[in-house]
Amino acid sequence: MSAAHDEHGHHHREPESVLSLRVRALESLLVEKKLVSSEAVDRLVSAYEQDIGPHHGAKVVARAWVDPAYRARLLADGTAAIEELGFGGVDLQVVENTPGVHNLVVCTLCSCYPHALIGLPPVWYKSFEYRSRAVREPRVVLREFGVDLPASTEIRIWDSSAELRYLVLPERPAGTERLSEAELAKLVTRDSMIGVAVAQPPAAAAR
Amino acid sequence: MNGIHDMGGMHGFGRVEREENEPVFHAPWEGRVLGITRACGVQGIFNIDESRHAIERMAPVDYLGSSYYERWLDRNVRLLVEKGVITREELERRMAQLAGGTDPATPHSDPKLLDRMLRVTKERTPYRQPGPPPRFALGDRVLTRHDAPVGHTRLPRYARGKPGAIARVHGTFIFPDTNAHGRGEQPHALYSVRFDAAGLWGESAEPRAPVHIDLWERYLEPAAPARSTS
Repeated sequence: MSAAHDEHGHHHREPESVLSLRVRALESLLVEKKLVSSEAVDRLVSAYEQDIGPHHGAKVVARAWVDPAYRARLLADGTAAIEELGFGGVDLQVVENTPGVHNLVVCTLCSCYPHALIGLPPVWYKSFEYRSRAVREPRVVLREFGVDLPASTEIRIWDSSAELRYLVLPERPAGTERLSEAELAKLVTRDSMIGVAVAQPPAAAAR
Repeated sequence: MNGIHDMGGMHGFGRVEREENEPVFHAPWEGRVLGITRACGVQGIFNIDESRHAIERMAPVDYLGSSYYERWLDRNVRLLVEKGVITREELERRMAQLAGGTDPATPHSDPKLLDRMLRVTKERTPYRQPGPPPRFALGDRVLTRHDAPVGHTRLPRYARGKPGAIARVHGTFIFPDTNAHGRGEQPHALYSVRFDAAGLWGESAEPRAPVHIDLWERYLEPAAPARSTS
């Protein structure tokens, strides 16, 4: 992050107070023109803050870990497979990590992300640093995230350039054979579904 | 367009910095911008491709100097002005009125709008549309077009004029290059194209790091068949 950015990765041309005022003014104008309802905006914000998040994607991953037939359906048609669990809003492609293959998702042109399934993207995913470098030096980027893969591992980068969204199916951690599907879901992090982390067994996940 | 947004492969941006326990929104206005954008989208005031292109049209220095939701705000104002929904003067006046403690707008309730905004997070997306059958099949070798169009495109600069292989045939999707410019949806085949890292970056590429990009058929040409040496 450059010195021109604040602690949130933002470089504001205008003070927050002016930005906030401009947004309030825009909302007020559109409410007046009956194109926006403030209540509807409240509810959408609350849906992203309270409901939609990585725990939805984690349920999908955990189901794929315990149910090979579901895993096959998820890889063949992600959109239909997540609908089985009551999720939607995304035309989904699921890419599977296997021994020797690790997948990494980025959107170099904007910040496409499967937000209907795993929530809104973190600032780093939308950052110029990630967008510029993930395709060019994925191993270096992954090491910055603490993921050091063997040179023999193929890293498949998925640049989300169309109206499809990518979700990584991480490898099920070793030593989790006795965990329930709900316990497994707790091991699935947002970052592991983007591909900048691997799913960890419970002891490591709790650290 | 050769825009600043097209930053795949650029050097010089530094480490990817993460924020622990990051909130969904860093300020309330960010959530309002998201909601306003969604309301405009579901009512067809602008489509997703016009929306992306509006951000790409920011001056590069402004693009780089803005946060994600600042770019969204800039985009919303830009498109609403261009479409004749608001004027910049109107917005300035409303800012002054609000700063003075007066909001002239009467609240507007619209349960149907709310329902449409929330359904976007649950229903199938509308971008797959019927189109002509695909010209390429799995495994076909292709070459991306080498072109620098002034308008919107989803073929990243780093992948122009590059050899790749069809890794998946996705179906037919609305074409951003025309849909962003009011020239129709023109749905046609979309593919996942696999590019070897060395083909994209040359000898300084990281080993075993292929990049897959979702590309429309009009970005692709058949790779020239290998010339017979007999």
